[in-house]
Amino acid sequence: MNAPTRPQAHASRIQRVVTPGGVEAWLVEDYTVPLVALEFSIRGGSSQDPEGKPGTAYFLSAVLDEGAGPYSADAFHERLDEFAIEMRFNADRDGLSGHMRTLVKHRAEAFDMLRLALREPRFDAEALERVRAQIEAGIRHEMNDPDSMVGRAFFEVAYPGHPYGRPGHGTLESLPTIGRDDLDAMRRRLIARDTLKIGVVGAIDAAALAAELDSVFAGLPAKAELTPVPNVAPLGAGTRKVVDLAIPQSSVRYGAAGISRRDPDWIPAIVVNHVLGGGVFSSRLFREVREKRGLAYSVWSQLAPFDHSALHFGGTSTKNERVAESMAIIEEQIRSLAEDGPTEEELDKARKYLIGSYALNFDTSTKIASQLVRIQVDDLGIDYMDRRNGLVAAVTLEDARRAARRVYGDGKVLVAVVGRPAGL
Amino acid sequence: MASKGSPSPARDAAPLEADAHSGPAVSDFRLANGLEVVVIPDHRTPVVTHMVWYRNGSADDPIGKSGIAHFLEHLMFKGTEKHPQGEFSNVVAELGGQENAFTSVDYTAYYQRVAKEHLETVMGFEADRMQGLVLSDEVVGPERDVVIEERRMRTDTDPGSQLGEAVAATLFTHHPYGKPIIGWMHEIEGLNREDALAYYRRFYTPANAILVVAGDVTPDEVRALAEKTYGQVAAAAEPPRRNRPQEPDPRAARRVSLADPKVEQPSLQRAWLAPSYTTGAPGEAEALEVLVQVLGAQSTGRLHRRLVMEKRVAVAAGGWYQGTAVDRTRLMLYAVPRPGVTLEDLEKDLEAVIAELVEKGVEPSELARAKTRLIADTVYAQDSQATLARIYGSTLATGGAVADVARWPRDIEAVTAQDVQNAAARWLDRRHCVTGYLLKDEDGARAA
Repeated sequence: MNAPTRPQAHASRIQRVVTPGGVEAWLVEDYTVPLVALEFSIRGGSSQDPEGKPGTAYFLSAVLDEGAGPYSADAFHERLDEFAIEMRFNADRDGLSGHMRTLVKHRAEAFDMLRLALREPRFDAEALERVRAQIEAGIRHEMNDPDSMVGRAFFEVAYPGHPYGRPGHGTLESLPTIGRDDLDAMRRRLIARDTLKIGVVGAIDAAALAAELDSVFAGLPAKAELTPVPNVAPLGAGTRKVVDLAIPQSSVRYGAAGISRRDPDWIPAIVVNHVLGGGVFSSRLFREVREKRGLAYSVWSQLAPFDHSALHFGGTSTKNERVAESMAIIEEQIRSLAEDGPTEEELDKARKYLIGSYALNFDTSTKIASQLVRIQVDDLGIDYMDRRNGLVAAVTLEDARRAARRVYGDGKVLVAVVGRPAGL
Repeated sequence: MASKGSPSPARDAAPLEADAHSGPAVSDFRLANGLEVVVIPDHRTPVVTHMVWYRNGSADDPIGKSGIAHFLEHLMFKGTEKHPQGEFSNVVAELGGQENAFTSVDYTAYYQRVAKEHLETVMGFEADRMQGLVLSDEVVGPERDVVIEERRMRTDTDPGSQLGEAVAATLFTHHPYGKPIIGWMHEIEGLNREDALAYYRRFYTPANAILVVAGDVTPDEVRALAEKTYGQVAAAAEPPRRNRPQEPDPRAARRVSLADPKVEQPSLQRAWLAPSYTTGAPGEAEALEVLVQVLGAQSTGRLHRRLVMEKRVAVAAGGWYQGTAVDRTRLMLYAVPRPGVTLEDLEKDLEAVIAELVEKGVEPSELARAKTRLIADTVYAQDSQATLARIYGSTLATGGAVADVARWPRDIEAVTAQDVQNAAARWLDRRHCVTGYLLKDEDGARAA
């Protein structure tokens, strides 16, 4: 294989594979390592949970590989192990995703197991009961876990009465009510071809991939039956929600309305978020909260664009006595960015980081396959990898100031705290 | 299957051992000042992972100074004579690089991931901070507070982590593997600039370090750049020694129990002292690796089969073995009970699974599955330059060699059913284990 010399080299190697059965996937063919990695996503995750039955989509994602076709749950898992096939599914607010990785010599078996999981899951009573107990144990574990609690508290206040405010893993009350019929109905509604996006990387050519994809996906329903989810703005900006827990350190989440992935100011907003609390040791929050004052080990910010809402969101963990001080510093930085935007130097550094680090998203097959899916889900075009760094380079100080004003607005945020914060 | 969110006891960083038998051609050489260099080519993407590993970790913390290895890891970002605080991180960020560091019981490592044309730059900075660190009380104080918050976040707010510390401290009665990597709170609070610098001068030398570069590079390029950068660091008069008291053979079964009002989901763990790849006789660690896979594999292991599927007393059960270690190490099994099942009953069931294996051995299909899985993981590891860099770095930092990594799949393949049965009989002895219970404190819950 010829070694690509630029990150963009991957983009020009993306093949759009459209199968005879009408399934589309993006493929990067690469024979360096004898494996095939596949990622896919389908729209409509836990936001599609039926009223009163939160946790249905997550339960479905957890039970797809617990027996399918001729294989009971243990036979299914033994077969995956026998051929060293990796397979897992997950559901988040907006989608259901799948991951499969196989050695190239076991490719046929791997695609067949994926087909069975998606098309012929058995939902045997034993498996449902066992997986339900596992999810319930996870819920009990998270019940007094500060980070889990603070996330739940934040979303309950920000999205009351909306699917985003409900617990995606369900509750100890809802799980016993979710039965085989609920899961099968969810599967039939969600797992369809119209919102399916697939990325494949590895030792397979387009023709062979097309045949495998048809066997797995072509027989799925053409169209998902999604319940409309209302678009909403998060509530609670300017308010505080404190949940009491006897621990020496408080866990904090803050956030307010953000910006849509499809907004023309998305790229400038990414740059501004990077200045505030992106993943480097020179961000404003890292410097002010951690380095100068030693208030916290972890402090971060992000943009969270959901399908039906958008947040700017962040968090930290600091001792109870210094929560008020930490939040005052964080809010001051947000206000300062909203009013003045980043400095020319900050903008320059952020652009350089975001451009330089883009290639780091492409150094494993699974990471590349995930990017191929992400770009399709966001409808950015097959040439996006080539264009993306140019978009970042083009962000001006004026763009950044405008985006900062739009994202951070009046600087008010909803703050959720779990612990025993003093003076908040 | 994903873990379904089921809680399992935290494990220390236990890097996978893996292989490259059909993978990249790995080079290994030394500079004149004693620095060992490993180069792992991966030309698929024009990026590199650059790591420096030091052969010292929390188990080398002086008595009364627990946490110093980890604290120094934080302080290594505070600048040098040549490059004041923040300059290195600013440059890495401007290059679009990612950086961090981590401390384990046996090693401390620093890394950057950058586009390949920036390799020389990060090598220059990393070589500079091998000996040029400058610390003032003004930066040491706030960073100690950061570490204290880190400990609160990881441990003091989490009963499961507190039990994990207690189990380790009970299993290792004498060896420093019993101390938490981050340190005990009362000792972290007393760490100062002089402690950090004394530790730094003792361990941060070329002969104590391993440079690992993985990615779109050739051995010749790396050799030339390494000579130019790390080659300029003066050799130390004598290589540092690890002075660790060794753990005596255990004579007693021990039990620890932690009850906290915050615990809504109890769990059970059992830990044993076991040989590592470094201390074990040939094949011994490999047999333990296969044993823990047979017992603890996520959806197909014996524990899952017997406790979760058949007896239905647990929602999850598994195990791990920290084979990559300088000294005798630990093997741990755990189970999370279903509602209504006591930990005492679950413990008996777990013991029965071990006893069955000791008595009757493993089935050929189980053995084959375990080996297939372990060996396939080495192929999957080849897909990630960062993973390969970690495998080689951790192996070398714990006394292994490049050839050991390459040979590993064959050594796993050679493990027999009898080896696995013998390992279980020899090491999973109930008379010498530590059993840990995580429980809800009902009285405390009412009081709170």
